[in-house]
Amino acid sequence: MPSLIDLTLEGRAIEQHHPWPRATVDASVWEFAASELAHGRWSLLGLWGEPSTVHMAIMDGDTADIAIVSLDCPERNYPSVAKHHRPALRLERTIHDLFGLSAEGLPDARPWLDHDRWGIRFPLGDRVKALSMAAPYRFLAAEGDGLHQIAVGPVHAGIIEPGHFRFTASGETVVRLEQRLGYTHKGVDGLMIGASLERAAQLAGRISGDSTASYSYAFSRAAEAALELIVPDRAVWLRALMAELERLANHLGDIGAICNDASFALMHAHCSVLRESVLRASRNVFGHRLMRDIIVPGGVTRDIDDPGIEAIQSMLDNIRRRFPALLELYDNTASLQDRTVDTGVLKPALARQYAAGGYVGRASGRAFDARKALGYPPYDSLSFDAPVLNEGDVNARVWIRIREVEQSVSLIDQILDRLPEGPTGTLAGHRREPREGMAVVEGFRGDILVWLRLRDGQVERCHLRDPSWFQWPLLEAVIENNIVADFPLCNKSFNCSYSGHDL
Amino acid sequence: MRKLLFQSLFRGPLTEQAPSQSETAVEELAAAVKHAARSRLGRSLSIREVDAGSCNGCELEIHALNNAYYDVERFGIRFVASPRHADVLMVTGPVTKNMSDALERTYLAMPNPKWVVAVGDCARDGGCFAGSYAVVGGVSRVIPVDLHIPGCPPAPATILQGLLSLLDQAANKAATPSRGGQAHE
Repeated sequence: MPSLIDLTLEGRAIEQHHPWPRATVDASVWEFAASELAHGRWSLLGLWGEPSTVHMAIMDGDTADIAIVSLDCPERNYPSVAKHHRPALRLERTIHDLFGLSAEGLPDARPWLDHDRWGIRFPLGDRVKALSMAAPYRFLAAEGDGLHQIAVGPVHAGIIEPGHFRFTASGETVVRLEQRLGYTHKGVDGLMIGASLERAAQLAGRISGDSTASYSYAFSRAAEAALELIVPDRAVWLRALMAELERLANHLGDIGAICNDASFALMHAHCSVLRESVLRASRNVFGHRLMRDIIVPGGVTRDIDDPGIEAIQSMLDNIRRRFPALLELYDNTASLQDRTVDTGVLKPALARQYAAGGYVGRASGRAFDARKALGYPPYDSLSFDAPVLNEGDVNARVWIRIREVEQSVSLIDQILDRLPEGPTGTLAGHRREPREGMAVVEGFRGDILVWLRLRDGQVERCHLRDPSWFQWPLLEAVIENNIVADFPLCNKSFNCSYSGHDL
Repeated sequence: MRKLLFQSLFRGPLTEQAPSQSETAVEELAAAVKHAARSRLGRSLSIREVDAGSCNGCELEIHALNNAYYDVERFGIRFVASPRHADVLMVTGPVTKNMSDALERTYLAMPNPKWVVAVGDCARDGGCFAGSYAVVGGVSRVIPVDLHIPGCPPAPATILQGLLSLLDQAANKAATPSRGGQAHE
């Protein structure tokens, strides 16, 4: 059995790719990798295209080794990974939509992000003219006596991102859910091409609004890896501080919102007050409630002073004082438990197959947390747990978030205690020759991957992969056999990103 | 739960004073209200929110308007599920091409008189996504916009200022019969 390292040795190694190896391989090695993914030895981290190349990032779950294999496809086609390993399906449909590269044997060749509205096909590839007639999108069939369809979206009832859900139900029971996404597709991969490092960082921070700090973090680390830049210690620690504040705010908001979807508004009211307190502390310290554009390649643009540290500490004290009562309320309210326990169960095998990140994976037995598994600084010197449960229901996902709130509070404490002195940034100069870098950062939703190639101070190609890519399909699976009314609970407990996925 | 509810009874409210109106929002609004009539509006406002491709940052801050600190319902402002129930269409995002149809249809589904408030920098001109093959670039390219609230994303207080100025202007207009009363098209 070859290891990931052996796999990359089979191909031609690409110089100046950091910190993990990338190798150009031939079709047989590509297919071998796909079959190993299918057999569950490795997990798929990402799959993306260039005008005549496809790249696949793979991780060995046991050793946390990561490698990228690339396949040149001058004939504009390549062997499909999804044919063997279903989690690659939407990624391959996307590669076709954007670059016009066809995956041979792709089990579902319908367009994914392309809704026939761009006025152009393959915008990052050949840029051919759009079809004269928009083809109708054929939803997958579900047939049987008394089945009916419920179409929801893209404009939903609440204040929420746009997407389309097609339920097929038998009475109240959902027999199939099919998602159609792509409504928020902004063409970010295209905008990245030729962008300066500064503009690219700005775009990266706007991939998904609730993960703006994590995306800037991941992008900056990828750019720094490419440029082999050493970031000052203080900046390294401040980045983790922001990532944890972001995680805290999102988990608090979501715990309340999940309860709200079970008509339990009291939890929602209290949790959103706590969430607001985190955002206000972030605003006091970093000048922006969501901490946008603070993490940049080379360091951070804002420093924290003593009053700032006190503001965060008093916010944490408030959470420590109020959160236990809410936790008890959640745990002891039968009407709430009735809705969350055993609802929307994600089987551990499926979570593993899709390499589901974040609380979705960790509530279904998949222990991966990029902060722990990859141990990037400063997390390698902080003490914390990555809680794991096996039940995989809405309740388990809520509990993972509750435990993560507690962990984040402790992490922020440790960071503020041990924050090193010194400068907060270094200049991210540029190099003439092409240099490539990759980073994986644990956002609140799961692992965010950024891969980029820089040349002469500009981004030649940058791909950002949201954790939602591997979580959205699982939502389709967990809703099966649940009632329609439980969909909001399942959906909110996943809280997948639309914008991050649609890009 | 009982303990928590009791505590809430005796604790002072978290709700804060309404913010004052910002100059820019009022200015923009002054132009916008020229072609609007709102004698029937009174002091209540129903808002249908549509994300036309935002990064979700604006939605987070619009959500925050409902928390106990801002509590927009005390101003008679509420978010509704259907465009049929709405006076105001609040739109975020650079308007992606994939969303422009849905946005237009939502607007057309609203009864008159109606107003459109574009929230965030993207909603003005596409923001940092302008120029992409996949975005239209600004809400006003698809439907007429009455008020723009800038920011990336605008803080809840800023959004609230914009909404309040919309309400106050509406009330003033209603008090001047000679200029009000026309349907907004």
